[in-house]
Amino acid sequence: MVEIDWYLALSAILFTIGALGVLIRRNAVVVLMCIELMLNAVNISLVSFASYHGDITGQILVFFSLSVAAAEAVVGLAIIIAIFRNNLSVDITRINLLRW
Amino acid sequence: MATYAFVLLAVLAIATALGIVLNKNTVNSVLLLVLNLLSVAGLYLLLQAQFLAIIQVVIYAGAIMVLFLFVIMLLNVDDEESLFDKFRIRYLLAFLLVVVVFGQILYSLGGVAEMLPEISPEMAQVGTVEAVSEVMYTNYLIPFEMTAILLTAAVVGALLIAQFKIKKDEEDE
Amino acid sequence: MDYLYDLNTFLPATIMAAAGLVAILMAAYKARIGNIFNFTIVALVMALAVSIRDLFGPDGTAFFDMIAYGGTAAFGAFLVTLGTLFCVVISRDYLEAIDHHYREVYAMILFGSTGMVGLAVSNDLIMLFLGVETMSICLYVLAGLIKGEKIGAESALKYVLLGAFSTGFLLYGIALIYGATGATSYAVVAGAAEATPLFLAGTALLLVGFFFKISAVPFHMWTPDVYQGTPTTLTAYFATASKAASFIALVLVLSRMIPEIEGVELTQLLQVIAILTMIVGNLIALVQDNVKRMLAYSSIAHAGYILVGLAAGTPEGYTGVLYYLFAYTIMNIGAFGVIAYYERNHALDFTDVHNYAGLGYKFPVMGVLLSVFLFSLIGIPPFVGFLGKYYVFAAAVNAGLVTLAVIGVLASAASVFYYLRVMVYLYFREPHKEYQLVRPGALFKYSLILLGILTLWYGIEPIFPTDSLIELISTYY
Repeated sequence: MVEIDWYLALSAILFTIGALGVLIRRNAVVVLMCIELMLNAVNISLVSFASYHGDITGQILVFFSLSVAAAEAVVGLAIIIAIFRNNLSVDITRINLLRW
Repeated sequence: MATYAFVLLAVLAIATALGIVLNKNTVNSVLLLVLNLLSVAGLYLLLQAQFLAIIQVVIYAGAIMVLFLFVIMLLNVDDEESLFDKFRIRYLLAFLLVVVVFGQILYSLGGVAEMLPEISPEMAQVGTVEAVSEVMYTNYLIPFEMTAILLTAAVVGALLIAQFKIKKDEEDE
Repeated sequence: MDYLYDLNTFLPATIMAAAGLVAILMAAYKARIGNIFNFTIVALVMALAVSIRDLFGPDGTAFFDMIAYGGTAAFGAFLVTLGTLFCVVISRDYLEAIDHHYREVYAMILFGSTGMVGLAVSNDLIMLFLGVETMSICLYVLAGLIKGEKIGAESALKYVLLGAFSTGFLLYGIALIYGATGATSYAVVAGAAEATPLFLAGTALLLVGFFFKISAVPFHMWTPDVYQGTPTTLTAYFATASKAASFIALVLVLSRMIPEIEGVELTQLLQVIAILTMIVGNLIALVQDNVKRMLAYSSIAHAGYILVGLAAGTPEGYTGVLYYLFAYTIMNIGAFGVIAYYERNHALDFTDVHNYAGLGYKFPVMGVLLSVFLFSLIGIPPFVGFLGKYYVFAAAVNAGLVTLAVIGVLASAASVFYYLRVMVYLYFREPHKEYQLVRPGALFKYSLILLGILTLWYGIEPIFPTDSLIELISTYY
């Protein structure tokens, strides 16, 4: 029998790895993938809460969060394509992310 | 049995997640992410969420990852020549920030196991397609419709941005 | 459960969603862009009429407690619709002039506003999440509209990456709150919640997601670049409609989900964020030469003033917040609209404040209007901005947060400098070279004049013994 702590800890670890990836990687496509990883990690939490509560709401929210992740990926990749056309680079360090 | 499966899937998920972040080759990162998503789908099965496990494989691992792969191939993204060539203050700050967030979340999770001791026995009935669809079209009708708008907007918006040159009004009048 | 009755309570968003779908079809069949524009205006006017009706209607919840109607929620729907209508009206000429007038833009705006209304009326964390995301997806696309130029595409990328990152935190917050209480509906959460670490962590993460959307310091980094890289009239849309929706949702969350839980004390946190936001927003705005960036930092500062009302946490504070959002919507769209008018002239780069020299005499109506809007943004009576500030700061003082109110007044005194600087250029500097301004279109001009009149009218309204707006809002609490 696996206790809920284990699922939640796994979810927290994956979320942290994803957040770390967003902060240190320079390739915009990989950053977007790390964001998908974060959303996916949250989904583990939601499903495990739903299962242990015996309640469907969490699973429904996961369904919606999948749709949102898909939509964000689509728009993000479209913008990356637009950038690539101008710039021929997906390196986000060339885009000054923290300007005054 | 379930414990072994959990340990296996969890180790796989963490290893692939680390692989995505630390791998220099973008295509490898995508493939590792697919593996990661599949292992999470396995976890959903352990949690008795059958419907979501299938959705996860079909939509996430199937559709979204193909899209990523397609864009990477299309743009012919180079590998990052070096990930950790020199020490950057940015890495340290990022690491500290993430450790703080992680610690907070982990701390907050204490005591959950007493509150929710085991998987609810009726879960085997709750996670099926019938059960999900039943509430989806009644209680969650409005969020469901909102998702429809969201996806339409995403498709139209992606076309608007990614198209190279959009014909404007005066050109075809 | 009567679906038609429930749909009636959600009518503004329904009209906009349906209109958006029709607008897409019109775009697909190559309808003339003017027709799409006219259709959008008609739909938005209808939605506005319905939302004004709802302001005086009963309140309650619909669709299995997913959404709220009446009261604060109705006011949110009204603000979003009002802001969207004016932004669309001023967009046509401007987008035409900068050569980015695409058919799909209007559909994206309508979908985005649907999401905003959904966010503003949400009564459930699931609805909140989807409202935020529908809004954000459309805003990412609109931010990337000037894709041929470096700044447009880059600001869109920055927006989408940071926005999606913040979505992760928002969703994690919702997950932890759900875990702690077993529910997502505000009322049920409020009933079941205790001050456990799990619930507190969830609330904190949820607030981080919110602070990002309302661009509170230290989560404001995306704001100036995105506002600068977006077409000006759409920047007005970002700064008013989307911000109003996020703030109304925050008011609903704070007043309905977290209010009476023992041991959950958010006033301290909101105070710190409000002080940081006001100080940083105003200080950096002082050194900006680009007018759009200046207005971006000023909008951060205004978010700080609104947070003062939220930190008060009293019914009076929430009333002040709603009034401030109304004031902010009309005066900010006006200011961005006049700048958009100047930008249509390609003679000079009219985002640079130095090129505003002597502009006030060129087309006097626009100069006067810009002055009115800027005076109102400063918070000088008799304009509506003054009343907005007065209500939030008075609420803070009455709630015992005197220090916070004093800092707010000092910060807004500092803001006088950068707003007046624009006016000094408008009227007291000699232009560098000769050029002619284009004449504004009638619709464009009269809608800006209408906004100017509203700015003035609501500033002097409480003098008259009529039923004023503030009385209407204060009945919501």
